[in-house]
Amino acid sequence: MKTLVWVEHDGKAVKDATLAVVTAASKLGEVHLLVAGQGVDGVAAEAAKIAGVGKVHVADDAAYAHVLAENVAPLVVELMGHHDAVLFPATSNGKNIAPRVAALLDVMQISDILSVESADTFTRPIYAGNAIATVQTSDKKLVVTVRGTAFEKASPEGGSGSVEAVASTGDKDLSTFAGAEIAKSERPELTSAKIIVSGGRALQNSENFHSIIEPLADKLGAGVGASRAAVDAGYVPNDYQVGQTGKIVAPEVYIAIGISGAIQHLAGMKDSKTIIAINKDEDAPIFQVADIGLVGDLFKIVPELTEKL
Amino acid sequence: MKVVVPVKRVLDYNVKPRVKADGTGVDLANVKMSMNPFDEIAVEEAIRLKDKGVTEIVVVSIGEAKAQETLRTALAMGADRAILVVSDDKVEPLGVAKLLAKIVEEEKPDLVILGKQAIDDDNNQTGQMLAGLLGVGQATFASKVELASDSVTVTREVDGGSETETLKLPAVITTDLRLNEPRYASLPNIMKAKSKPLVQKTPADYGVDVAPRLTTLKVVEPAKRSAGVKVADVDELVAKLKAMGVAK
Repeated sequence: MKTLVWVEHDGKAVKDATLAVVTAASKLGEVHLLVAGQGVDGVAAEAAKIAGVGKVHVADDAAYAHVLAENVAPLVVELMGHHDAVLFPATSNGKNIAPRVAALLDVMQISDILSVESADTFTRPIYAGNAIATVQTSDKKLVVTVRGTAFEKASPEGGSGSVEAVASTGDKDLSTFAGAEIAKSERPELTSAKIIVSGGRALQNSENFHSIIEPLADKLGAGVGASRAAVDAGYVPNDYQVGQTGKIVAPEVYIAIGISGAIQHLAGMKDSKTIIAINKDEDAPIFQVADIGLVGDLFKIVPELTEKL
Repeated sequence: MKVVVPVKRVLDYNVKPRVKADGTGVDLANVKMSMNPFDEIAVEEAIRLKDKGVTEIVVVSIGEAKAQETLRTALAMGADRAILVVSDDKVEPLGVAKLLAKIVEEEKPDLVILGKQAIDDDNNQTGQMLAGLLGVGQATFASKVELASDSVTVTREVDGGSETETLKLPAVITTDLRLNEPRYASLPNIMKAKSKPLVQKTPADYGVDVAPRLTTLKVVEPAKRSAGVKVADVDELVAKLKAMGVAK
């Protein structure tokens, strides 16, 4: 089976999410990559070095500069003329484009897979991760999005893929990019961080969030996450949100501070290797999934913890 | 200007789903069902756009006959009329998108607003599929919508921040959580909604084949985590972190 992998990148470098998708794709067969964007020669060269990669298709055109689904979906459809499957990371780009591709190919997409059972059978979470479904497709072509935290990352080195330019399918002129506001962070990216320190509503305000959560995160070299309550209350921007509707993470260590553990939050972090919970309510649901729990006032505990580390 | 808002009846988001012992699915017998939360946000947004030139809101649901309750809720919030496509068999996003595309062809709305995902199947596909089938622009994960006479400008929640796009109308939008705070239907509006028009159709009326492409082989509970321990104080936690190699 010839599989195509959508390369997630920021115009300069391949993003980690791509590497997990390459691993999933390699379980299906020959792995080709698609790098779409403007001025992406560097990304393509980097992509070609990913272990296990064959051909790297490069579509370099102004129409792809902002990864508008209306423009990139026809490009993917074109390449599906000689591929059997296309896999996207379950990132905001992947989730935006893949279903449009599936509809144009008249196939059902398989979202957010956790495992490849065989060439037509996959597992995926439903009901906020409270159930795992095994699904088998009868479609001839596969369109799949992959949960990055469920697969090992392929090595970014050691491959020797060939780079080949593909013709642009042009600008469909249905949408225009008007701007972006990207939150700046010096800390590790949430979805690839080994340690995450996450704060919830109990922090009470933005100042506390910054003065209590961030020093601990910095001490541990950790990424910083938040519950929906903390985001909705405006303590941190929404791209910090971990959960069913935010980011899905599975770090080595997840430290939940002042987070009760609603099922929507657990959906985003319960596959973390070790979960540590600090909460003053000993009946908080977070303690049912925590490997290590500490009951007490976070305003006393967390500064003390940061101090002693 | 007309807006179509598809809504789905799902297990209430506060209910913890129980996986059936025979592994065929999640037990939905005698549990509370509600409108998918993202769809409530979609209905709310359509109603708010009534100040900005929207004159009619048509809500659509596809599924079992009981989805009528969900449509009545949307009508009570402020939608004008409803279409229910009854199917006892589960319809996948592709089938839903095809049915919606037919409804869009008939109704000719300027905008279709959907939720970004349904909290039962967690697919996050239908809006994008619909836009693809219609060949129109799509703005997914919307946190802000500004409607003009021939275009709509949408701020989208993306990894790392937000993005703004302008789409030509007609277009498809899917809602994210932060777009708005949906209203509660008042009792008088719930009473009034009972007399608003609701037509029933079937997939066959639209000539759409909704046969599923995916077969669910089994549904299981996720692996249980082993019971954790509680530590008494910060020193004990620090010792654990050091033992794990997380801290020096």
